[in-house]
Amino acid sequence: MRSLHNIFRLGLKELWSLFRDPVLMGLVIYTFTGAVFAVANGVRTEVRNAAIAVIDEDRSEVSDRLRDAFLPPYFRPAPLIDLNQMGPAMDRGDYSFVLHIPAGFEADLLAGRQPDLLLNVDATAMTLAGNGTAYIRSIVQQELAGFLHSGDTDLPATLIPRAWFNPNLHSSWFFAVMQVIGNVTILSVVLSGAAVIREREHGTIEHLMVMPVTALELMLAKIWANGLVIVSAAVLSLLVVVQGVMGIPVPGSIGVFALGAGVYLFSVTALGIMLATFARTMPQFGLLAIPVFVVLYLLSGGVTPLEAMPEPLHSLMHLSPATHFTSFAQAVLYRGAGLGLVWRELLIVTCIGTVFLALAQSRFRKTMAAAR
Amino acid sequence: MSAEPPAAARLTGVTQRYGAVTALDDVGLTLRPGGVLGLIGPDGVGKSTLLALMAGVRRLQQGRVEVLGGDMADPAHRAACAPRIAYMPQGLGRNLYSTLSVRENVDFFGRLFGQGARERRWRIDELLAGTGLAPFAARPAGKLSGGMKQKLALCCALIHDPDLLILDEPTTGVDPLSRLQFWRLIDRIRARRPGMSIVTATAYMSEAERFDRLVAMEAGQVIASGTPAELRAKTGTETLEEAFIAFLPSDKRGDHATITLPPLPERDGAPAIMAQDLTRRFGDFTAVDHVSFRIEKGEIFGFLGSNGCGKTTTMKMLTGLLDPTEGTAELFGRPVDASDLATRRRVGYMSQSFSLYAELSVRQNLVLHAQLFQFSRDRQRERVADLLERFDLAKVAEARPAHLPLGVRQRLQLAVAVLHEPEMLILDEPTSGVDPVARDRFWALLIGLSRQDGVTIFISTHFMNEAERCDRISLMHAGRVLAVGPPDELRAARGADSLEEAFIDVLRAETETADPDAAPVPQSGQTPSRPRSPLLSVGRLWAFARREGIELLRDRVRLAFALIGPMILMIAVGFGISFDVENLTYATLDRDQSAESRALMRQFEGSRYFSDQGRLTSLAAMEDSLRAGDIRMALVIPPGFGHDLLSGDAPEVALWLDGSNTVRAETARRYAQTAFLDFLVEMSETETGTTPEIYPANLEPRFRYNQSFESAEAIPPGVLMMMLIMIPTMMTALGVVREKELGSITNLYAAPARKLEFLLGKQAPYVAVAMVSFAILVAMLLTVFGLRVQGSAGALVTGALLYVGAATGFGLVISTVVRSQIAAIFGSAIIVMIPTVNFSGMLYPVATLDGVARGIGQGFPALYFRNISAGVFNKGLGFADLWANHLALAGFCLLFWALAAALLRKQEA
Repeated sequence: MRSLHNIFRLGLKELWSLFRDPVLMGLVIYTFTGAVFAVANGVRTEVRNAAIAVIDEDRSEVSDRLRDAFLPPYFRPAPLIDLNQMGPAMDRGDYSFVLHIPAGFEADLLAGRQPDLLLNVDATAMTLAGNGTAYIRSIVQQELAGFLHSGDTDLPATLIPRAWFNPNLHSSWFFAVMQVIGNVTILSVVLSGAAVIREREHGTIEHLMVMPVTALELMLAKIWANGLVIVSAAVLSLLVVVQGVMGIPVPGSIGVFALGAGVYLFSVTALGIMLATFARTMPQFGLLAIPVFVVLYLLSGGVTPLEAMPEPLHSLMHLSPATHFTSFAQAVLYRGAGLGLVWRELLIVTCIGTVFLALAQSRFRKTMAAAR
Repeated sequence: MSAEPPAAARLTGVTQRYGAVTALDDVGLTLRPGGVLGLIGPDGVGKSTLLALMAGVRRLQQGRVEVLGGDMADPAHRAACAPRIAYMPQGLGRNLYSTLSVRENVDFFGRLFGQGARERRWRIDELLAGTGLAPFAARPAGKLSGGMKQKLALCCALIHDPDLLILDEPTTGVDPLSRLQFWRLIDRIRARRPGMSIVTATAYMSEAERFDRLVAMEAGQVIASGTPAELRAKTGTETLEEAFIAFLPSDKRGDHATITLPPLPERDGAPAIMAQDLTRRFGDFTAVDHVSFRIEKGEIFGFLGSNGCGKTTTMKMLTGLLDPTEGTAELFGRPVDASDLATRRRVGYMSQSFSLYAELSVRQNLVLHAQLFQFSRDRQRERVADLLERFDLAKVAEARPAHLPLGVRQRLQLAVAVLHEPEMLILDEPTSGVDPVARDRFWALLIGLSRQDGVTIFISTHFMNEAERCDRISLMHAGRVLAVGPPDELRAARGADSLEEAFIDVLRAETETADPDAAPVPQSGQTPSRPRSPLLSVGRLWAFARREGIELLRDRVRLAFALIGPMILMIAVGFGISFDVENLTYATLDRDQSAESRALMRQFEGSRYFSDQGRLTSLAAMEDSLRAGDIRMALVIPPGFGHDLLSGDAPEVALWLDGSNTVRAETARRYAQTAFLDFLVEMSETETGTTPEIYPANLEPRFRYNQSFESAEAIPPGVLMMMLIMIPTMMTALGVVREKELGSITNLYAAPARKLEFLLGKQAPYVAVAMVSFAILVAMLLTVFGLRVQGSAGALVTGALLYVGAATGFGLVISTVVRSQIAAIFGSAIIVMIPTVNFSGMLYPVATLDGVARGIGQGFPALYFRNISAGVFNKGLGFADLWANHLALAGFCLLFWALAAALLRKQEA
């Protein structure tokens, strides 16, 4: 009871400190509005605005028809270029694709000789290269089939893909929510850890440690206060920015998400505090935090699929609370999964957080008192 | 300006306001050349503001400040006379660099003032010898005692032979012996340079006796001025201390009366504090060496000793903040136990440095502590009101401590220490920087607590008149207790007239061989070199860069983080970010159960891209599995699939994808379609023996720059781009704001340095570290990832140099904007990370970005370096193809320098 009271009071103090730094509050707001909006609206993994050029050595009806088939918004208008222009232009990154139609293509096509078309792809852009190639292939085949007046391609059977939860595979749906989660991670690690370092650099930790307050109470106060600000900001961001301004449907329960976010926040703020016990000064902490939040942000399944990761790394990432929370959030928000399906992820996140907290506590007193 | 010699400084009608507080109210005073002017007055009457205005480190609001024959509001005059002024701000060693050695600190200031190597050498030698610091030349400033720090700060101030020396409470918190030495040193310097004028503030009235003229201030106004003798005569008092009190308005004097200590009543029972052979070592340094004492309940026990003699360490061991290396300590008859919360409630502790929350108001700080001690609501209100009244804090109750003078902050700390009415008070120099009236009031309170309530008080102090009010005192030096006893006995034992003499006597007997008073007086006939201040001095730039570099090199942990962090990330992200999706989990709902449907399933099972999770029984089961995330994809084969296929009825197979991750879903769709076509071809081959012509033409993709189309080729050059902006930005982002938080920014304000020199100097060491990191990362790309420098190595290195220049420049811009280090860390994390990862072509090509995102990407340096990095590693390009990117990066460097220089203030508000 006394403990809860202390945790509550110290947490209120923490909130004061946050609100007293207008630049910091401005950054928090930007993180959950502007940053989410810019990324979700700007980044596309579907083929869009792809830059393609055509080398037409055939100059035939079919080659014209192919060139006209690349339409906006998927492609930018395809210019005609010469073969010797291709190298430099692709080097500069002017075009991601160059379709090369060889001389005699139409004749070979009509004669049924199955001629070759060459597609040059800038493979340094991994996301676009793969999907774009598949997309261009299907456009080309459709056009050729149309040209040969055979209506649709006459395959013996067809595969009809349908995407659940996001029927048109709008990448903005994915990025909006993942951006919120990624920013939650960065914010929690940095804010909680830096709050500890600041108290140490200003000597206030030392003062608290002669008060009837335990290290655990101190840490839990930081966790709830920073957690509350961040969870509120994240939920507001989902409701106002993602659903409201961007009009992205979020089929799942925001309530379940908020609960999970609370659990996750416990885990990552504990991580931030633990990191703070390894650094002596703010510059050290800043540098220590970078690798941690970059890995959590990039490798938790929110940017690239977890399945694609090579083995030791793939298993290692399961030690990260962010991995479990990302999969929790995807299940809850996109797929409308209820607590019954995702409780295991939450349990794991809690366990990982508890380990961080225990480690932090075991180091806390020693490292804090030895300050200066 | 006729017959009178020009004044060293003349202030007229100076008024300064901060919010509702008037710091200075129409102040006028004159400092004669060669004179020593002392400012005395209670805390917070505007002494520090006045000195800062004279030094030109604060912006003048109203009135006129003339120093050394010019107007300090004029930037040109400030720049011209900065080399002739020396300013020592308040606080022990606040403008020193704690990781730099004594010699390096002085050397830095010498460089700032443009002195050559030879000149610096003899000047430093002379100053260190004169101050007795010579034996400690190699010791880091952070490990010096308070008195030595102040002497070092004085050396730094005197290195350029200033004409005006401005000292803000230089001896506050310094022990009597060091104080004596400090002023003797000043006297000797004055004897050598009679033209030098000095203006100083002090809290010690005994020191004020030494000054030519005194100015007594109160509430932002000058209330009296004259020689010490004149002031005493005016009030008819014997000592300055009494004169000072007499000058105060009657309401400020309060119930001031001479403090007397009633005898200690006999008490029995266990002692309050027992220490037995208490010892604490830090590495091979013994801070406290077998200290033993016993303090009775209700006793006032004074702890005296030179700075850094182990007083603070002893106190920390008693509070449980530090564990003793050897020996035991008992409070209330029980061993000190760090986890014993009950004992903590019975003890009040006040640390030497301010340790309350600067972001909470005075009242909020008190309320927070009352709450932590579980006071009831009524008692909280009552107690806080009482303390605000008793410690004279009511007027500043809503102010934040950050904006209050040292003395007021000390009073607040005291109020907090006694708030919960503890049975024991452990007070570490509680009255340093507090004015005499407040000190007396505080002592009256302590004596009341001790004698009426039986509170045990363990207090350290540098004021001898305070020591005389203790029941017993102990003299400590170099970790050992030299003498313990009642003040009178100690004095008598030394045969001294005053306790101060006795104290100095004991210390002298103990202190090192080199008595600085015996050292030769600095004798230099040479005039200091005062080169004209050029627009950009390479020497000063180098002074800043060198200092920053030394600090960085000394901080091994930071250096290690800065170099190892990117290596770990290169491995993790370089391998971890991959769009080569494999092992996609899927399941099949086979409603046909024919040979053909099984053949289709075999086709999927055989692919390395897919990982079979078994059969589904219904659409509902499929939905559940997708929802739970057990499978990413489901294949639904309709009834009659085999039959329709063979009879040419073109059956349709449904492929359900988990759309929650669009990247994965798109890739899965692509793989599935390929596998399905392969199935059709194989079916046709087995059924008819011919390869069907599914398409009229073949589309052959040729992946340029990354033939095997592997993420491990395309991503690492992007990681290089990411690391070279995140780490350098983070390092410089803390640079300026940290100096603001810790106080050394004053050196920039006071020195004749230009903003650009300061900024470039700060930047240079981090550019160097970033280039080392660049070399390591490139080596990793070549070995671990097997990439080759296919294009021009020169273009890569030049690009990297420009890029880290822009990155560190951006960090400086952040640093000049934000107020706190937290905001700097957070800002450089989030502002840099988002455009770098998303809008700079590392994961998603810039050409596909829309609107705002594209604009952000193009307005940020990362994109251009990624073009260079990918161009050189993947595409084999050189300068001829990439020069536009180099140009853009150079432009960013210039832009960020201009921005940082425009945003950096050269004066305090």
